[in-house]
Amino acid sequence: MKNIPVKRVDLIFEKIVCKEIFKKIISMDPERIIQSVIDSGLKGRGGAGFPTGLKWQFAANEKGDEKYIVCNADEGEPGTFKDRQILDEVPEKVFCGMAIASKAIGAKYGFIYLRGEYYFLVSKLEKKMDEFHLLMKEMGHDFRILLRLGSGAYICGEESALFESIEGKRGEPRNKPPYPTASGLFNKPTCINNVETLVYTVMILKYGASHFMHLGTKDSRGSKVFSVSGDTPKAGIYELELGMSVDEFVEEFGDGDTKAVQVGGAAGFCVPRKRFADTVIGFEGVPTGGSMKLFNSSRSMYNVMHNYLDFFAEESCGQCTPCRVGCQQLLKGIEAVKKGERSSKYLDELVKLATTMKLASKCGLGQSVGNAFSSIVENFKEEIIY
Amino acid sequence: MIKLSINGLLVEVPEETTILEAAKKLNFRIPTLCNHDDLCVAGNCRVCVVEQLGGKALFAACGTPVAEGMQILTNSLKVRTARKHVIELLLSEHNADCTKCYKNGQCELQNLANEFSVGDHIFLDLLAHKEYTIDRFSPSIQKDDSKCIRCQRCVRTCQELQGVNALSVAYKGMHQKISTFFDHSMAEVICTNCGQCINRCPTGALVERTYLDEVWDAILDPDKHVIVQTAPAVRVGLGEDLGLSPGERVTGKMVAALKRLGFNSVLDTDFTADLTIVEEGNELLSRLKKAIVDKDENTALPMTTSCSPGWVKFIEHTFPEFLPNVSTCKSPQQMFGALAKTYYARAKDIDPKKIVTVSIMPCTAKKYEADRPEMRSSGYKDVDYVLTTRELARMVRQAGIDFSQMKEDHFDRLMGASSGAGVIFGATGGVMEAALRTAYEIVTGREVPFTDLNIMPVRGFDGIKQASVKIENCLDEWKFLEGVELKCAVAHGLSNARELMRAVKNGDLNVHFIEIMACPGGCLGGGGQPIPTNQKIREERAAAIYEEDMSMPIRKSHENPEILQLYEEFLGEPLGHKSHELLHTHYKERERY
Ligand SMILES: Cc1cc2nc3c(=O)[nH]c(=O)nc-3n(C[C@H](O)[C@H](O)[C@H](O)COP(=O)(O)O)c2cc1C
Ligand code: SF4
Ligand code: SF4
Ligand code: SF4
Ligand code: SF4
Ligand code: FES
Repeated sequence: MKNIPVKRVDLIFEKIVCKEIFKKIISMDPERIIQSVIDSGLKGRGGAGFPTGLKWQFAANEKGDEKYIVCNADEGEPGTFKDRQILDEVPEKVFCGMAIASKAIGAKYGFIYLRGEYYFLVSKLEKKMDEFHLLMKEMGHDFRILLRLGSGAYICGEESALFESIEGKRGEPRNKPPYPTASGLFNKPTCINNVETLVYTVMILKYGASHFMHLGTKDSRGSKVFSVSGDTPKAGIYELELGMSVDEFVEEFGDGDTKAVQVGGAAGFCVPRKRFADTVIGFEGVPTGGSMKLFNSSRSMYNVMHNYLDFFAEESCGQCTPCRVGCQQLLKGIEAVKKGERSSKYLDELVKLATTMKLASKCGLGQSVGNAFSSIVENFKEEIIY
Repeated sequence: MIKLSINGLLVEVPEETTILEAAKKLNFRIPTLCNHDDLCVAGNCRVCVVEQLGGKALFAACGTPVAEGMQILTNSLKVRTARKHVIELLLSEHNADCTKCYKNGQCELQNLANEFSVGDHIFLDLLAHKEYTIDRFSPSIQKDDSKCIRCQRCVRTCQELQGVNALSVAYKGMHQKISTFFDHSMAEVICTNCGQCINRCPTGALVERTYLDEVWDAILDPDKHVIVQTAPAVRVGLGEDLGLSPGERVTGKMVAALKRLGFNSVLDTDFTADLTIVEEGNELLSRLKKAIVDKDENTALPMTTSCSPGWVKFIEHTFPEFLPNVSTCKSPQQMFGALAKTYYARAKDIDPKKIVTVSIMPCTAKKYEADRPEMRSSGYKDVDYVLTTRELARMVRQAGIDFSQMKEDHFDRLMGASSGAGVIFGATGGVMEAALRTAYEIVTGREVPFTDLNIMPVRGFDGIKQASVKIENCLDEWKFLEGVELKCAVAHGLSNARELMRAVKNGDLNVHFIEIMACPGGCLGGGGQPIPTNQKIREERAAAIYEEDMSMPIRKSHENPEILQLYEEFLGEPLGHKSHELLHTHYKERERY
């Protein structure tokens, strides 16, 4: 298989005049807007990778005129810091994406749910929002954006927990179905998208669906903003075409001694060196919301995993059994194995438990703890035990 | 209709049915913990997971609606492994000292552990890393977080059914717990002690404070004269905890069992329920007179009932501006206690110091009520110990009494006679109905104009009920009420109470008299009643209450001969001096958290 080499793209941060694009869109049928997004093959950039056009279509098909657009700017995934940059550099493009979505599904209000730690962005965003609201008025499009801040819980990035949080309740994920497009914020049809996803929709409508579709691979169209961190001389934010292998990525960003890459943050997968060449970064291989963390041989994978499990044991909302107790058991379990209080066989029990967590947890958090756990245990068993 | 298969068997169910309900139709029981018929779906315990053939993740059967063509497996390898893991995980975080636990033998977690024979524990004991203290500050409720499985039934109960919000989920992840305002003890917060949360807690994390040992000690102390009173709703619930089916009236058996337990005198709270009606009916009429004849603008109307201590504490916290509206009548339990150590003591020539009064209540808030400092009008603690219906059942079992074989017996005299009106105190709308039966007759000299005295509009389980009676052809003394439409409203469950009081506050509801019971269904659905309690069981208990009413020779409180005797020999007249001293009380504003 021929992979796409590491190739920079400049769509997200490209400076554009939103007014011009919006002018074009305001006269378009919602169906055509949605069709363009569907044609582009864009999938959500927040982690779950749901086809964006389809999501918009579901929301558009719902009856009723009270619908919401929510921009997920909670950016809580460890090692992800790209939404912050997007909101800082091109906030008007984010608003524009929300306005396009509002036109597509028929919403009058949008919410931006901003990570609490990004408080420093608030005054800037508010100023830009005022300008944006004037633009909306000028265009005769009835759409307002409201800003809401998170309070530091990772789980509030999960869409239904995020809705609860905006509604003033404790951020606990809801049962699904119903899905947000049917019953989301305030139990109304809601379209929730990641910051980056929204900006891509603007660029898709600017340059056309085929421009985007011709980037990337069959399963992973277009490009993506990566947050690169860890043992790398080039930590930072990069917009790259999708479809490269981990190998190519490491060649570009590694320090020459990379032994593993954690793709997708704590909720993602750990790719060991022996799998670099045959692992594609994208929905056909390892999906990522943007977090790429490189580890070199000085790192103990036991510590890496301990760190992740510590994070999950704290950041699980705690409502469902597999996740709340499972995270603690995995954490205490590897400690016990390390200390020799349990035999290395116990790791097999823990891998089974991780599978149960994946199958039986209520939301994506608990369902994804097993990703990092199983991939690290499988590939770095010795480091865990000894 | 939706067609699906469960374990290979086809079933057809209406849309919106959950997998759990569909499975029940085919007689497949899927284990549950966080699910409760009275509450919204939580889907958090995950013991009810099932597999959809070909599906990736498992579904929570309690929260997943059926879909056309689903092929569900409730016992596949995947399901069994996950279920066993979930139960093991719960146990690994649980202080499972069953033999020392109040819920031993009646615990849903223990049952599941038993069913899935979780012998050797796979996982590490997490409890070693955590510190727990048991909250025993409340006179009604004991909260032991080390036994909590975080199913949130209590939270949903307190928020949805009761609208009190004393309990909520606090912290996250491994620290998540069920907590109160700033982790204060249950005694210090807005909790009304209604016990609805206790009734729904599947484990020993929330239980009543028990006074069984104290009661046994008193019974076995030859120097003490131990009187027991039994609330109206106990006689239609007790059987459930002693092997009989819901809705069986066990009044006579209960009396017989109480006598066998060794109580010196077995008397009836229904007697003081009748007394409450006479006092409260007169209080209502005197308030109406003050308002209408004396044009006294300070007369607080509508008047609300005061017999539900959960409601009283709720209004003290939540609507303190309406405290003057609450009837000053004590609850039947407390009237009984005050009379037991005065009237009864005098009549039987017993030193009140030696009298111990025990009450059997469907209610946990009664424990708190008995502890209120105002409740010492006899010069002693008027009611010494309050036991729930469940505690009485335990006592009966402890004494080795074969309850179902008991021969029916009668209450002792002096404070043991009652009317059907006293009995229906146990159901929502009952106090209103009893009060109307008496008040209407006082004013007009005629019976209330309803077939068989059954005032149907105030019966049933609608959250808020309204009724009115037109007063015509009054007796001379009450001429000022001629033509007045006496309007009443009834609410049960504190969420409904809040809604009703809001309507009163906003001026949307204009009535003269309001009955409120803290518990859904009234006392028959009280927090101290047998577990489980759900809508079907409440309906069965209610049917039994109204049967009991119909079976009584006397149906109106003011015709109870022992009440007449009480006024003649002791109290004088309703709202008289002695009544005020012994039977009436006052309230106080409380903090809002
Ligand atoms: C625990 C958890 C945390 C999440 N945090 C974020 C987040 O910070 N930002 C985000 O965009 N999506 C996050 N998501 C994904 C959202 O639930 C949702 O899928 C996403 O916002 C949808 O937008 P998209 O389709 O544009 O990706 C999280 C999901 C889970 C389970
Ligand atoms: S999986 Fe974890 S975060 Fe999600 S609902 Fe369950 S406990 Fe909460
Ligand atoms: S709550 Fe249940 S399982 Fe826990 S100790 Fe008590 S009886 Fe045993
Ligand atoms: S006793 Fe009643 S008010 Fe108190 S916490 Fe339980 S449900 Fe809430
Ligand atoms: S206290 Fe009881 S009802 Fe409440 S969460 Fe714990 S186990 Fe469930
Ligand atoms: S009973 Fe279904 S998740 Fe608890």
